[in-house]
Amino acid sequence: MGKWTRRAFIGAGSLVGGGLVLGVAGVALAPSRHSVVSDDAADKGELTTWITVTPDNLITVLVPHCEMGQGTQTALAMMAAEEMEADWSLVRAKEAPALDAYANAYILHGFIGNSIPAPLLRGFDYGTYRIARWFGLQVTGGSTAVRGTGHYGMRIAGAAAKEMLLSAAAAHFGVNASELKAGASLIVHAPSGRSATYGELASAAAKLPVPSSPAVKNPDAYTIRRTARPRFDIRSKVDGSAVYGIDFKLPGMLHAAIDIAPVYGGKLVSVDTAPAEAMPGVKRVVKLQEAVAVVADSYWHARQAVAALKPQYDDAGQSGVSSASIFAAFDKALGTAPEMPKDAATVITADYRVPFLAHATMEPMTCTVRVESDRAEAWAGVQDPLNARATVASALNLKAEQVQFTNLMLGGGFGRRLPFTFDYVDLAARVAKEMSPTPVKLVWSRENDIQHDYYRPAGMARFAGSLDKGGAPLAVRSHYAGGGDGESTFMPYAIADKKADSRNASHPIRLGQWRSVLNSQHGFFKESFIDEMAHAARKDPFLFRRDLLSDQPRFRAALERAAALADWSSPLPDGEGRGIAIAESFGSIVAEVAHVAVSPAGKLHVRNVYAAVDCGDVVNPDSAAAQVEGAIIFGLSAAMVGEITIAQGRVVERNFRDHQMIHLADAPRISVEFIRSNAHLGGLGEPAVPPIAAALTNAIFAAVGIRVRDLPIKNQDLSRRATASGAHLR
Amino acid sequence: MAITITVNGQQRSLDVEANMPLLWAIRETLGLTGTKFGCGIAACGACTVHLNGRAVRSCTLPVSAADGGSVTTIEGLATDGTLHKVQQAWVEHQVPQCGYCQSGMIMAVSALLDQHPNPSDEEIDAAVTNICRCGTFARVRRAIESVARS
Repeated sequence: MGKWTRRAFIGAGSLVGGGLVLGVAGVALAPSRHSVVSDDAADKGELTTWITVTPDNLITVLVPHCEMGQGTQTALAMMAAEEMEADWSLVRAKEAPALDAYANAYILHGFIGNSIPAPLLRGFDYGTYRIARWFGLQVTGGSTAVRGTGHYGMRIAGAAAKEMLLSAAAAHFGVNASELKAGASLIVHAPSGRSATYGELASAAAKLPVPSSPAVKNPDAYTIRRTARPRFDIRSKVDGSAVYGIDFKLPGMLHAAIDIAPVYGGKLVSVDTAPAEAMPGVKRVVKLQEAVAVVADSYWHARQAVAALKPQYDDAGQSGVSSASIFAAFDKALGTAPEMPKDAATVITADYRVPFLAHATMEPMTCTVRVESDRAEAWAGVQDPLNARATVASALNLKAEQVQFTNLMLGGGFGRRLPFTFDYVDLAARVAKEMSPTPVKLVWSRENDIQHDYYRPAGMARFAGSLDKGGAPLAVRSHYAGGGDGESTFMPYAIADKKADSRNASHPIRLGQWRSVLNSQHGFFKESFIDEMAHAARKDPFLFRRDLLSDQPRFRAALERAAALADWSSPLPDGEGRGIAIAESFGSIVAEVAHVAVSPAGKLHVRNVYAAVDCGDVVNPDSAAAQVEGAIIFGLSAAMVGEITIAQGRVVERNFRDHQMIHLADAPRISVEFIRSNAHLGGLGEPAVPPIAAALTNAIFAAVGIRVRDLPIKNQDLSRRATASGAHLR
Repeated sequence: MAITITVNGQQRSLDVEANMPLLWAIRETLGLTGTKFGCGIAACGACTVHLNGRAVRSCTLPVSAADGGSVTTIEGLATDGTLHKVQQAWVEHQVPQCGYCQSGMIMAVSALLDQHPNPSDEEIDAAVTNICRCGTFARVRRAIESVARS
């Protein structure tokens, strides 16, 4: 890479071997007064969004986000290619290396969207970037990649690259740039019939000044975005060639299996290592403060040997903690139901409960580490390579710069592989240190994974609502325990008196971020209760909501679209019903209708789910639909059968037999429609999760009159016997 | 003990313990990592391979049970670089997300379609019980139906 030229917050340079490299930094101050930025930003490598054009006419987009099937790398490459007027068949995507230079500048920006006044934007990006670097974050989470990195990074970088290539062509042909046209990775001078490829022009372009504010395309002119493009990662995932963290191999590598204190915070008291040491292939039994690992010549040998151990742990003083004790504490903290206006004609109250949930990614946690005297290397599939690197460094008392981390394909994330939840990386580093310099791959068993997660918080909410004589809502208030915030508790409805109060009831269970985070609980709470209010008002649940959304045109449009997709008012046979729910999260509004059938014996069958999604605009429509379909299934699995329970301070469930998931037979047909509202881009990895549980339980109520207020649904009797006994009318 | 298995058309001789699950013989001894470890108790199907043409969950099947048999893994499903029709349908319908369960899913589906080229919904539900956490089931069904129709 040659000397950087720089202007504004975009930097460019030459590649060794020829070609153009261009990056957009989260670096800038108010442009007019300070002209730019730390003038040496580019030399320091403070550029975070990278595009290279090489003499072979290939464009490579380096994406600072991992690929876990959400289609991010393809979508971000599309955003850059669109602005470049690239030939899509000549575009590649690569994950950026785990270096500080690739810290995500845009993660906060993705959350905040366009609510920052334009003059402050660049300063904001710079500030965010410094924070991201400070904490060593290169996160894929919060549904931020497209709306943050893509919108504020890739789009700008692509537009700048195109302008530089046009300038290079103008000089090359000796013509005015306005006479040139860029398209399909080629610049054409029509009057003379001459043309040059981007690859031919790249080296010359690299020597030109970088435009400070390149013009971006009018969305109406898009030819790549808004069209379905096959994902880059699909082929390797159907022929078995994709290399996940668990597939990584090094010559001479050893394998580790582990047993971890069952109660979080518990310590290893004693273990007789002899039984394991006598087993075939075993190299060493490694005792750690909270675990015992066996290192062997194969994972199968390590697994068998660890199963032969009978380690004793203390219970960290938590033996009295159980699901019952945690929910009892929630119940107590919630106190009496919220007060309602004195003049209300009707007052209803309801309690809702949701359990802890595991992420249960299909690939168990795994990490390979090689420790040498003053350096280490690590390999895993994670949602934040920089924080994973910092975790290895911390475990080994090294500086981050002494650790090289390589990210591999992730077999699912859903929040389990986010920063500050890298216990498996930490354990792998500590085990590998004992075997230094031999590399060790630690693979968790499914039991390790289910019992040592950072769980979706259990939660409980106590609602009260009131209606006037005409059935118009006067107030809706709730107390909740288990976590919540302004976004997750937000109800869009025009009800004069709305309030949600957090109540504290702490417990020692380890918590984390689970797909859609706090919205997964509150989507169920608030959209169940508004449904109960509709029924109390004797109104159709769709029309009741719609009439309260006059001031919220985007919500109203999504709700109406979902109802139309589902043919909401058409009659259904006995035992079938439809339920509707809507929620905004991560900048996107999703309305869903579930259509269910409940047999007389109480067997639930989810026939169809219809989703209307307003995420502003869609980059890769088919891949976006796949995210919505997946989020619906993920949310349905949780609502129907998902549950982690606690007894004597530890997780009861161990594997997929007792921690259940839904299967193909349980999965509904799903129809997804996107609404192009042209609002700021919203996220898509998560926002279809929050409405689904309530859409489902509202549909069950419509079908058989049973109101499910505690998840999962598998614990409820949905049979006609239950309806007849009135047990549902608590 | 010495075990002889034909793996993806090639005869292989393995010197492994008889009780070692076939999964680990495939992944660790033969180095074919397309077959995945998911649960170790035959509950999730990520480890599904074909043994003598039938789908089996290799994480609990002792390697000795495959002695003298023929095993096909995801790496052996394509012929001469041409993807199997199920793999092609998976590409066409863009089925995989994280992709970790998909080797097993594809092996379960291809075994089903070998035996029932035009399966009923019930036959599909009974034969394909693999777990997918990303939630690709809607596309899995569409892809199966597209192969069955063709």
